[in-house]
Amino acid sequence: MDAVGGLLVEDGKITDIGPDTFKDGVLETDQTVDCSGMCLSPGLFDIRVQVREPGEEHKESILSASQAAAAGGVTAMCCLPNTQPVIDDVSVLEFVAKRAREIKSVKLFCYGALTRGLEGQELTEMALLSETGALGFTDGVKGVRDPLVLRRALSYARTFDLLIIQHPEEERLSDDGVMNEGEVATRLGLPGIPAIAEVMAIERDLRVLSLTGGRYHAAHVSTAAAIDAIRKAKRDGYNVTCDTAPHYFALNETAVGDYRTFAKVSPPLRDESDRRAVVEGLADGTIDVIASDHAPHDEDSKRLPFIQAAFGIIGLETLLPLTLELYHNGDLSLLDALAKITSAPAGLLSRPFGRLELGAPADLLIFDPDKPRQIDETTFRSKSKNSPFDKRPVQGAVIRTVVEGRTIFSVGS
Amino acid sequence: MTSAQPAPEIALYRFPHRDLLGIEGLSAAEITAILDLADAYVAQNRRPDKKSDVLRGRTIINLFFENSTRTQASFELAGKRLGGDVMNMSVSTSSIKKGETMIDTAMTLNAMHPDVLVVRHPDAGAVKLLSEKVNAAVINAGDGRHEHPTQALLDALTILRRRGSLENMIVAICGDVMHSRVARSNIHLLTTMGARVRVVAPRTLLPAAIDRFGVEVYHDMRDGLTDCDIVMMLRLQTERMRGTFVPSIREYFHFFGLDAEKLSYAKEDAFVMHPGPMNRGVEIDSQLADDIDRSVIRDQVEMGVAVRMACLDLLTRAETAN
Repeated sequence: MDAVGGLLVEDGKITDIGPDTFKDGVLETDQTVDCSGMCLSPGLFDIRVQVREPGEEHKESILSASQAAAAGGVTAMCCLPNTQPVIDDVSVLEFVAKRAREIKSVKLFCYGALTRGLEGQELTEMALLSETGALGFTDGVKGVRDPLVLRRALSYARTFDLLIIQHPEEERLSDDGVMNEGEVATRLGLPGIPAIAEVMAIERDLRVLSLTGGRYHAAHVSTAAAIDAIRKAKRDGYNVTCDTAPHYFALNETAVGDYRTFAKVSPPLRDESDRRAVVEGLADGTIDVIASDHAPHDEDSKRLPFIQAAFGIIGLETLLPLTLELYHNGDLSLLDALAKITSAPAGLLSRPFGRLELGAPADLLIFDPDKPRQIDETTFRSKSKNSPFDKRPVQGAVIRTVVEGRTIFSVGS
Repeated sequence: MTSAQPAPEIALYRFPHRDLLGIEGLSAAEITAILDLADAYVAQNRRPDKKSDVLRGRTIINLFFENSTRTQASFELAGKRLGGDVMNMSVSTSSIKKGETMIDTAMTLNAMHPDVLVVRHPDAGAVKLLSEKVNAAVINAGDGRHEHPTQALLDALTILRRRGSLENMIVAICGDVMHSRVARSNIHLLTTMGARVRVVAPRTLLPAAIDRFGVEVYHDMRDGLTDCDIVMMLRLQTERMRGTFVPSIREYFHFFGLDAEKLSYAKEDAFVMHPGPMNRGVEIDSQLADDIDRSVIRDQVEMGVAVRMACLDLLTRAETAN
């Protein structure tokens, strides 16, 4: 729905919505929010976040990630299982869920590990983890390399209709690479990761998928070749979906500049033709979802020679304005851009939110789509500041974030 | 080119950079200024009294995170010839947390008020990172496979003194270009100065997109050496090879090792350079390496001291002005 109108929330749910709501004047309510000149949309659902709790709370915690999410307009997020200990067991999953309930802010979900200890060998108790709330299964920032393990995982997951999420990278080809292979890497004297390392993994996985069936999702696709492979697979009827992260359509490899470790990320920032292919993939629907791939790292992990620095970029607080760049640049309509971070991820992970409709949870975002500003790392709620977008001029700002009728962030508070 | 005193304009020249982190980004005029000054220092180094007081009272710290004998010795001698106080520090990078060690060491050294830090590190970009944390001028003595600017400068001075110019010289850089910081710095310097640069190597030892660096690419030594003025051999950096970039030393030497027969394709008066230390029988034939009519490896060592004196001199001039 795209209209000027009103929306009524009662008991945390949307009970009236549309152009005619409040047509005859505003009802007597506990609270009225005037959104004139702003956009009201479903809250964002960020499906690829690392919260670092338990284990690395000095980089990020469930509390700090929730605050960052709220400030970024994110009302729900799904976390990778690469915590310490790994979320490969019901008890760890329950611990994270309990912490999230205590904080009572953003809705927090988790993926379960696909293999025990993320070691790529033995399957976890996927069905039990799913019953406890895991929304999908992945080895996080590590790809599942062994085709036999992947075959069994897809096959077993299909029994219970579970989603498998892959970090698509042929690590043997990436070797010890730290950035995209090409002229920039050669100039800097840094070992490169060839672009085909991504499509090789995806094409191999698709072959396995043709054998097993099941639901396969490729995370953070970044290359033209990989997007082409997925486009073709979708056309051929494969049950495959994928996402990308804002840095793959907002930046290219030149952002590494003079060894900027904040631009070190896995997969690496690619060349300009790949960046454009990501934009096209989003526009034609090949890429279903945009996720921030929020990966907090402290200074000790980033203020190092480039080769030694950790991979990762934080993104919860920049997801909205960077996604809006697609709209402002004329690549996607406002509704299509918003769908990539609201209804599409909710649909992928079968959540009942992400749409403005009667009876849906009142997880809402009020934002100004045009407000010009500069991204400023000093305002980040995240414990870590590893963003290559600091000082970037953007348009769009979060005004208010609401979860089930409760305001968890508003400008000026 | 061999006057005992630098010409007045060189004596007054102000180098416009605080550090010397690489050749990339230097202009032809800046490179020429360094080489002119270095040329004057060659003369000083050949006098019985080799010492001057240009760096009197200055402290130079050689900070090496990677083993090196010759480069460190060359910088040490350069600093002492100019009357500076030189301290050598070797830091093992094998100790647990590498990065911490580097930044911590930099902070410690900062408190000792050095005027110049000469730094070698196994990781590309590490010297630049360190330069952002210290007050001293920093000279990159080699960072990973990125750059080794003083090596390129000493190579250029060696060519210049033999040929009088770098312009239009055909230089073949042969061997492990992929892992070589010497190759990168030389490509930047030689192309900036108008030389024609060729790289000659098996495809496994060439980095991606090397053709974008203004060089001609060859995979056959005889083709690559045909009519060239200078043959620059690179050390086969076996210690950097994790996999198998070449099947065997025997095969490598057969196809890419330099011997008299392959050299015969170059110009008659072509000469051979090598940054050292040489792997005899791997990238260069032993007899050829010792042939003083063809091999200028000893010249390179001599030029190395003079070039490093020039760099130390230029980078401390700005300080004097303050």
